[in-house]
This record gives sequence, structure tokens and C-alpha cells, in this order.
Amino acid sequence: MLNIALGRFEGKSRKVAHASFVYFLLFGLGFLFAMPLVWLVSTSLKSNEQVGTWPPVWIPYPFVWQNYFVAWTSGRFGLYFFNTTLITVLATFGQVLTASMAAFGFARLRFPGRDVLFAVLLATMMLPFVVTMIPTFILFKNLGWLDSFKPLIVPYYFGGGAFFIFLLRQFFKTLPTELFEQATIDGASNYRIYFQILLPLSKPALSTVAIFGFLHHWNDFLAPLIYLNSPEKFTLALGLQQFIQRTEVRYQEMMAMALLMTIPVLMVFFFFQQYFIRGVVMSGIKG
Amino acid sequence: MWASPIRRREARDGIIFILPWFLGLLIFILGPFIAGFYYSLTEYDSLLPAQWLGAENYRRILFGDDKFWLAVFNTVWYVSAAVIPQVILGLLLAVLLNQKARGITVFRTVFFMPSIVPIVASVSLFIFILHDRFGLLNETLYGVFGIVGPNWLTSPDWSKPSLVLWSLWGIGGGMIIYLAGLQGIPQTLYEAAAIDGAGAIRCFWKITIPLISPTILFVVIMGIIGSFQIFTPVFLLGSANYGLAAAGPMDSLLFWVVYIYNQGFFYFRMGYASAIAWLLFILLVILTLVQFRLAGRWVYYEDEAAIR
Repeated sequence: MLNIALGRFEGKSRKVAHASFVYFLLFGLGFLFAMPLVWLVSTSLKSNEQVGTWPPVWIPYPFVWQNYFVAWTSGRFGLYFFNTTLITVLATFGQVLTASMAAFGFARLRFPGRDVLFAVLLATMMLPFVVTMIPTFILFKNLGWLDSFKPLIVPYYFGGGAFFIFLLRQFFKTLPTELFEQATIDGASNYRIYFQILLPLSKPALSTVAIFGFLHHWNDFLAPLIYLNSPEKFTLALGLQQFIQRTEVRYQEMMAMALLMTIPVLMVFFFFQQYFIRGVVMSGIKG
Repeated sequence: MWASPIRRREARDGIIFILPWFLGLLIFILGPFIAGFYYSLTEYDSLLPAQWLGAENYRRILFGDDKFWLAVFNTVWYVSAAVIPQVILGLLLAVLLNQKARGITVFRTVFFMPSIVPIVASVSLFIFILHDRFGLLNETLYGVFGIVGPNWLTSPDWSKPSLVLWSLWGIGGGMIIYLAGLQGIPQTLYEAAAIDGAGAIRCFWKITIPLISPTILFVVIMGIIGSFQIFTPVFLLGSANYGLAAAGPMDSLLFWVVYIYNQGFFYFRMGYASAIAWLLFILLVILTLVQFRLAGRWVYYEDEAAIR
């Protein structure tokens, strides 16, 4: 009797010990991971005197909203915001459109050489961007496209990236074949099937591609750095870089702009969390 | 096979649908790929016509360019210091976040969020946190522990560790991939093991590790390929106090791709830069092949076991 009771007690206390250990780690590490972002928000609202003091000020008093205004106007951030949005929207649209077209071709239509081309597509996924970086720059230079948005947008109307085509093709393959056969029997052309059946049914997968495209273009630094020279064409990433390079840095303003650049990303993350996670996970699943 | 009119129409439509991608393949991938190899055999400043050099660029890089070897050293240093924690800590973190506990999804979000913060924004934040005098890290080290922290960003010994710290903050991306792998492991295996008296650590080594070894391989390969090509954070940290085309204190942040950028876009030595890029490409191909070859020894595929 006593043994059984003890055993039960032991089992329970072990469970409690396990749970408290898990929570100890979760809170400890969670604090470390969350702290930089909290610090970002907090610093962006501080007065100059409260930046870099010890003990650290976590909740600024008063909130200096003016940092945002000063930083925004000092670096023409309104313009950068507009430029970044324009590039992101146009490039992402091209990516979703042409990647879904190619994926439809590979998933649903039979044409000579399809399997060879698909193997080529998979191979290009492994190609590092540095091998094509310089020749692509020379190509755009010869086209006279330097210092314009074209190098940041036009290439995305040509397939939109092998990985996205692969991802969409896998999704299109899961849709029931009967649907397409029935539509064909009813006399619908492949173009109609693509626009009226495939795209509406594939909203989740298309959203995943759109979100990843958005993230890529919004955050991209290297391509704008190489292709854009005039300050009035800068993106947010380049505008923020100028802050980093200033000799006299006002950190509260730098943090304010860093946060403004981050907020759209976090909003997309919170609104479309399930597509987000799916995309990351899909990237890790073998075909 | 393509004789019937219906099949012919299908084939025609298929080609039309993949045409944008196919043109892109020729113009933006295969064309530049071949052109890049040609440029790597020339001297080319992008204004005057390219001058044929043969293998001269490669000879100069490999046998006469100390900066190249410094860039290789720095990059390999970073790859080793960043990928190992990414693989191991990312996995441990995923195991922790795979526990059944109240509010676990909130914690998952907390750990994942840093990995999606725009790189320029997160590097700006780290430049501030790692500031030698006003930075939160050194203030805490001194205020709480009485330790005088190093000059993270201005000392050649600490600039690469700073970069590793930054990369650790973004470990959540790999964690999510692991988490998906962990959730694919049938719970019954653990229950059966528990009945047989296996402890948690034994379960981890005998069940968890073998069953997610394909995911580990994926994270290792992507981690290595990605880290060898790291550019944006290195460039930003390196140019923060030293101006463009600089590479941190005493070139301690001169990385492989940073060197390509400097040679190509700062000194306009396009041929030389292309050769450095091709060397990186060759190395990455070799590393990936070696990984897959080694993988046969430790990666376990379930479907393969079923065939046996």
C-alpha cells in the first residue's frame, strides 16, 4: 500500500519537476530572445538623455514620439517607403503569376521534354546567387537599366524563382485530377482552367508564395545596393544603411526607423501565420 | 505520341505556360552562369572590352592574393562558429518547444519572430546593443557582473563573435523546420520505449535523432551553403565604422562574398571578382556532394527501411 502511494507521489512530483524545468528554460530563453525587440521599441521612444544610461530605462518617460518624425523627415523615409512598396508589390505580383503558370505547366500539362526541364529547374535551386551576380549586373548595365527599379522587378516576371515553382507544383499535384478532366470535357481551354479553377483553388499555396516574395523584396539589401545609386530611388534597406554609416548616430532615431521597417513584416506574420509556417516547413520537406 | 490534336494542343499550352520561366532560365540563369565563367578568364572593367587572360586570374587568386586567403579564413571561421550552434541549439530548442505545455505556441512565436526581422533592421539593433560604451550588453556585463566587456564591433578579435551572436538570435528559422520534423514522429514510439523503461535521454538518441536525421542533413547543408554566402550583415557591420568597401577592423570582416563585392563593384575588376565567385561555387558543389556522400552513413530514411 505504502509503496504504491509513494510510487504515485514520486510520479507526480517528477512530472511537476519536469514541467517546472521546461518553464524555467522557456522563460529564461524566451526573455533572451524577446529582449532585443523590446529594447528596439523602448529605445525608439526615448529622449537623448535616456539612451545608453545605467540602469537601463525600459519604459521611457515621457514617450518621445518626435523621434519618428525627425528620423522620417531627415532621411526622406516617406519616399523610401513608397519605393520599397512599389518594388515589392510589382515584383511579388510577377512572381506569383509566372511561378504559378510554370507550376501549372509542370504539374498538369504534358509536353515533350517536360521531365528534363523539371530536373533542370530542380538543379537551378542549388545554384548559389554569387555565380550569376556579376554577369547579371553587366547584363543590366548593357541594357541601360542601372539606377532604375527594372533590375529589381523585371526578372521576377520570368518564373519567379525555382523554389516557388517547385512548391506550387507540389500543391497543384494534390488537387483532384477529375476536376481538370471534367472541365476539359466541358470544353474549357487550359487558360480558362488556370484562371477559373486552378488559381481560386490554390489560394493557400499562392498566399505562401506571395508572403515569401513580399519578405524577400521588402528586406532585400544586396540588389538595391548594387543597382540603385540616386538617393531618391533608395529603398528602406538602403535608407537605414545610411543611418548606420553616419558618424554622429542618434540611436533612438535609428531604432525608430528600424522598427518602422519591421512593423509591416510583423503584421504580415501575425495575420498570415499559418501560411508562413507552412512555407518554412515546406522548404524543409524533401520532394 | 503527340499526334492527336488534343495532345498537341495540350503540349502547345504547356510550353506557353512554362515559357516565362524558360526564357528566365536562359536570360537570368544559364546565360549569366556561362558568361560568368568566361569573364573569370578575362580582365574586364565593364567599360573596355574584356581581355583574355586564360587561367591567370585563378593563378593570381590562389597563389598571390593574401586578401583572398584572409577572406577564406574569415568565412570558414564564421561558418564553423555559426552552423554548429544553428544545428545543435536549433534542435534542442525545437525539442523544448515540442513539449506539451500551456502557452507553448506563444513561446514558439517569441523564438521564431527574430528570424523574420529584416536583416538591415536587426543589424542596426545589434550595432546599438553591442556598442562598447552605451550598448545594453556591455552595460549589463559591467553593471551586473562587474566585467568590462570587449569592444565588440571595433576589435578585430570580437567582430566575428559579434556576427555569431547576431546569427544566434535568428536561430528560430531552423527551429521551425526541426519542429515540423519532430511533429512527424509517431508518439507511439515514445510510449513503447517508455514501457520498455527507456529514459528521456535514451529516447532522444535512439528515436528522435535517427528519425529526424533527414531534417538535420537539410539544416546542415542549407546552413553551410547559406553561411558561406553571407553578405548583408557582414557588410553592414564591417562598413559601420569604416566606410564602404571596408571590411571591419583590420579586415576581420572580409568575407568571401564581401571580397567579391569589393573587387567587382568597388574596384570594377569584374573578371577577377567572377573568378573568386566561381571558386566559391566549386567549393560549395564539392561540400554538398561530400555531405550527401557522408549522409549515407548517418541519415535514416524510413521508406528505405521499409524496403529492407
